[in-house]
Amino acid sequence: MTPLSSYLLLSAFLFCIGLAGALSRRSTILVLIGIEIMLNAANLNFIAFWRYGPNPTALTGVMFTIFSIAVAAAEAAVGLSIILAVYRRTRTTDLENTEASER
Amino acid sequence: MSLRNPVHCVVGLTVGFLGLAALYLQLGAQFVGLTQVLVYIGAVAILIIFAIMMTRSSESAEQQTFSRSWVAGVVIAVAVFAVLGWAIHFGAQTLPTQTATPDLPVQQIGDALLHRFVLPLEIIALLLTAALIGAGVLALQDPAGEKRGQQ
Repeated sequence: MTPLSSYLLLSAFLFCIGLAGALSRRSTILVLIGIEIMLNAANLNFIAFWRYGPNPTALTGVMFTIFSIAVAAAEAAVGLSIILAVYRRTRTTDLENTEASER
Repeated sequence: MSLRNPVHCVVGLTVGFLGLAALYLQLGAQFVGLTQVLVYIGAVAILIIFAIMMTRSSESAEQQTFSRSWVAGVVIAVAVFAVLGWAIHFGAQTLPTQTATPDLPVQQIGDALLHRFVLPLEIIALLLTAALIGAGVLALQDPAGEKRGQQ
């Protein structure tokens, strides 16, 4: 078991926690949290491959992770404001009741 | 992710982000680890806490918290983990094994950001500005003003 493959296993585990949460929760905020966890798992993969990869001076993994963190922050801001707008309209954050209570 | 109270979920999320930051530091990427602490724990977790408070979804904790198809979701997640674990287990021989910890000063990151990666930097700045304006516009519009606009 090399260190890289244990990092990859940890990242896969984190991704699947996020996936299970995003697929099984009813609150939209918690679905967003699941998506954030999946993005973080991808970032961990980038960093692990950069650290154990053949060319660590190229900095590609670190750069991609920094940009990915910025995109994730933008996504969280826009997603939460969409949730707030939907909440103002329907008075709920429940995914399965949103459509019903709009009428 | 399985806790009933959403605030407890966010606390767990924060602890997970902190652990990830520690892993980044251990892997030799100091800048990314500190960015993780600043952006995720400092901004995203606080933002999620604010959203939970503004939507008062912690009061509805006694309602059903899992969707009707949660079994399918968990099964899909376990299947994805099985496939990934299988791929990692049988691809482990071909994985690269670099042992020396790469030295990464912040100055090198700044140089790379302003020379080789300058176009992605500009694009990400534009995206962040657009996201800021879009989030403000989305969060500021109230239903009363919308109705007035429609009439």
